[in-house]
Amino acid sequence: MSIRPVSGPHVTAVRSIDHIMRKVIIALLPSAGFGLLLFGWPALYLCVITVIAALLCEALCLKLKGVAALPVLRDGSAILTGLLVAMTLPPWAPWWIGAVGSAIAIVLGKQVYGGLGQNLFNPAMLARVALLISFPIEMTAWVDVKPLSTGPGPLESLAVTFSGSVLTDGVTGATTLGAVKTGFSQNRTLPGLLDDYSGFLAWIGWERGSLGETSSLLLLLGGIWLVRQGIIQWVIPLSLLGTLAGLSLLFHLIDSQHYLSPWVHLNSGAVMLVAFFIATDYVTSPNTPLGQLLFGIGCGVLIFVIRSWGSYPEGTGFAILLMNAATPLIDHYIRPRIYGRYRNGKPIDITPP
Amino acid sequence: MWALFENPRLRGGVHAEEYKGETSGKAIATDLPLPKKLYIPVQQHVGKPAEPVVKVGDPVLKGQLLAHSQGAISAPVHAPSSGTVIDVVDYPAPHPSALPIRTLVLETDGLDQWGETVIPLDPFQLDPEEICLRVGAAGVVGLGGAVFPSAVKLGLGRKNKIHTLLINAGECEPYLTCDDRLMQERAGEIVSGIRLMLRGMEAFDALVGIEDNKPEAYRAMLGACKPYSNIRVEQVPTRYPMGWDRQMLRYLTGREIPADGRATDIGVVIHNVATAHAVYRAVALGQPLISRVVTVAGGAVGAPQNVEVLIGTLISEVLAFCKTDKNRMARLLMGGPMMGDALPLAEVPVVKACNGILALAPEQIDQPDVKPCIRCSSCVSACPAGLLPLEMASRIRANQLEAAVDLGLKDCISCGSCSYVCPSNIPLVHYFKYASGELYKRQQMEHKSAQTRRLVEDRNQRLEKIRLEAEAEAQRVAEARAARARQAAAGGGAAEGSPQQRATAGESA
Amino acid sequence: MVIFSAILILTALGLFLGLSLGIAGKYLKVESDPLVERVEALMPGSQCGQCSFPGCRPAAEALVAGTASVTLCPPGGTALVEQLAKLLGVEVDLSQAQDAEPKVARVSEDTCTGCTRCFKVCPTDAIVGAPKQIHAVVADACIACEKCVNVCPTECLQMHPVEVTLRDWRWPKPMAA
Repeated sequence: MSIRPVSGPHVTAVRSIDHIMRKVIIALLPSAGFGLLLFGWPALYLCVITVIAALLCEALCLKLKGVAALPVLRDGSAILTGLLVAMTLPPWAPWWIGAVGSAIAIVLGKQVYGGLGQNLFNPAMLARVALLISFPIEMTAWVDVKPLSTGPGPLESLAVTFSGSVLTDGVTGATTLGAVKTGFSQNRTLPGLLDDYSGFLAWIGWERGSLGETSSLLLLLGGIWLVRQGIIQWVIPLSLLGTLAGLSLLFHLIDSQHYLSPWVHLNSGAVMLVAFFIATDYVTSPNTPLGQLLFGIGCGVLIFVIRSWGSYPEGTGFAILLMNAATPLIDHYIRPRIYGRYRNGKPIDITPP
Repeated sequence: MWALFENPRLRGGVHAEEYKGETSGKAIATDLPLPKKLYIPVQQHVGKPAEPVVKVGDPVLKGQLLAHSQGAISAPVHAPSSGTVIDVVDYPAPHPSALPIRTLVLETDGLDQWGETVIPLDPFQLDPEEICLRVGAAGVVGLGGAVFPSAVKLGLGRKNKIHTLLINAGECEPYLTCDDRLMQERAGEIVSGIRLMLRGMEAFDALVGIEDNKPEAYRAMLGACKPYSNIRVEQVPTRYPMGWDRQMLRYLTGREIPADGRATDIGVVIHNVATAHAVYRAVALGQPLISRVVTVAGGAVGAPQNVEVLIGTLISEVLAFCKTDKNRMARLLMGGPMMGDALPLAEVPVVKACNGILALAPEQIDQPDVKPCIRCSSCVSACPAGLLPLEMASRIRANQLEAAVDLGLKDCISCGSCSYVCPSNIPLVHYFKYASGELYKRQQMEHKSAQTRRLVEDRNQRLEKIRLEAEAEAQRVAEARAARARQAAAGGGAAEGSPQQRATAGESA
Repeated sequence: MVIFSAILILTALGLFLGLSLGIAGKYLKVESDPLVERVEALMPGSQCGQCSFPGCRPAAEALVAGTASVTLCPPGGTALVEQLAKLLGVEVDLSQAQDAEPKVARVSEDTCTGCTRCFKVCPTDAIVGAPKQIHAVVADACIACEKCVNVCPTECLQMHPVEVTLRDWRWPKPMAA
């Protein structure tokens, strides 16, 4: 028996960081797997490289910090970050995009703040935005759907990923959001711009887009599973999606020629991934349900604003980073009410029985 | 949307694995062999320690007063069996520090002979004041773990207008089933105790809250309360810490106790169900609180069960009675696993506060490494008091205790829900306990500084006074001398013309 | 030409702002009560000398001048360190400022000669006694300044660590993660 007094509780719940990370990764796998199926070997290579790069960067940082790397790497947070970075990349992006993305996410996004739990911004979104600003060409080259069976074979794909020269106009195009944004700038209006858009295919994910973002269906399923498992709360996803849907519906009803319908908004770009897997990131979202509600609404509003009036076709990354920056403020002002006190901290009045 | 707008009746809490099955179905064992020696600490309650009234060598009978209460908040202790007081020593307390506490050692004579007990003809005809007096004299304290002297609480209840007596039968801690068994087996006595308490406080209604994982106890209490329309029995959801009196009050009445107030402020007094039983024994049978029901369980215990134990019995003897494998005992707890304390040794007495003795096996206490906080806010949703455990702990880690206080450290009830759910195994409650203690220490230190300053000032004033007096004295002496000298000089001057006188002066000099 | 006007404007701006700051500093100065006094008020005032200054006033002066650390006063403990740090606006890492193990003076009754030297030097009157009588220390008032230990001719006064009792036992800080 120990000399040093141990405080209770002497029983604990079985949930640990490792469990949580593993479950989030499992929830991401269907969508990531679908992305690999959709875009073939180059996507697989990119994905693997990104995850390995994330692990290497984490190990390097831990070594510099003088911490034993292996136990920390095993918690799965670096793998998750790498996977999330990979899922937001164009599927046929060259290998160094993935490597640089992981490095930004792990080193600048997480470790410089002091490691797990200390970062202000979501590492994956930070990497995405940094890459988008730094390498706009590579980050907006969207390949057509090339399923594993019809796309380039494993060897050809090595060339795609590692020399990056195979991308020709023939196989790339714009995402729905990109096409619409370009169309607006050419003074075209909506119904015509969406001629070859299929709401159903977008829902399934059979369209151009980032590696793991296309399938709303699978992401939604993964997200709902996470909610059911108690890993994430429903507040942020619902408020984010609800706000985005509400705003887009409002503007679509007012001017359907210039504003996309809620269905298009919800099923294109990174919205589903962000709503369930990025915005719900524990570290960078508020602590209280009310704070989370505000956070989700803020994200939804910003996504809609950037998509509709900004110069980028997709605004999820910026929206998340902006709301991440607001999180400490939200947490400062929105606190749970303490038992026996009013929200302002004063003890409640004694009311006669 | 309920999570957002905070169900006012039930907030926070956790669903902890219960482990109650192995003891809740077994009858309370009353055949624990009478120990050879009983160790009775003089302080088993909140407040001032009791003062022994017996000397070493005195023979005592069962139920005889050993130490009387001192001051307004205190409780006496009584002899749990007949025998001889053989020592008054400092003996390790059942406390995580195992520091010594003044303890009466009683050698039993095996007769277990009762002293004189005053049994009233009809306890329900007693004066309310008389009931309070008897409860106080019997050394009844809150048996839920708080060990606050019950008579004081009843007295408070009589002074304030009380409309409801809330009987807390939550027993939300895992493993513990002593209240459960008590209600199953002695519901009638408990109800009599409740009626006596009501009379003692001159209150009318009572409300019994029982967690819904104790259907048997609920039925037993329902049956026993049937004749009394003023005693209501209610089931409450099983959710730790339902047994936190304020949580139960909020659930049953929808009202909260002000942070700076007491339950009496809103017209409620809350007592534990086992306390009601002790009150019955004290008032109706004239028996002081000398035994209690204790749950003995845990992986190392061969025969887990509830045992009626005399106060002062060594925990090691109770463990032996329940066939505990000492080699498998990795941690010994007094109380439940959530709020109970780990005891460094088993040779400490059972006290009034002890509702459980848990001998946990090695596989039950695996303590994984502490990982960094990932701000998952599980602790925020688990906190029944509405605090931000993660923020408080990070402040305390950086020694910013004041900041932790601003976040509500003083409203923490140390229930352990936050530590229980933390996926990083951060010892949150330990941080809060440490911080509270540290703050108390600092307060003491400031106190001492102020006192030192006062003492120094007093001393300086005194020294100054002495110095002034000495100066005045010196001046007086000097003046006197000067005066004398002047006088002498004047006398000399006057006598200048008289050589005879000068000669005598010279002689005398 | 543009560059010259820019330089000119910025220089003018800088001069103007600097001047106004200077004027504001001179005329809007906040009168504060002398810092030394306030620091001294916080100190225990026992002039025990454990800080290596001859008394609390010189220590306060050194603190205000910045030549002494806010952790200089053992009797004040962590509580004083915090107050001083707040008042003087200095950052202090309290994790390093472990309170010294509390001590108290005790008279060994076998060797005390009742010389009265000790209670004459005790700054808090914590020692009681009379000539040729065994002296005793009032533990609550003792600040462990050790002055008495130094003057005791028979070494009967010794410092002993204060024993922790059940009443003032507190939880230790958890091991940091």
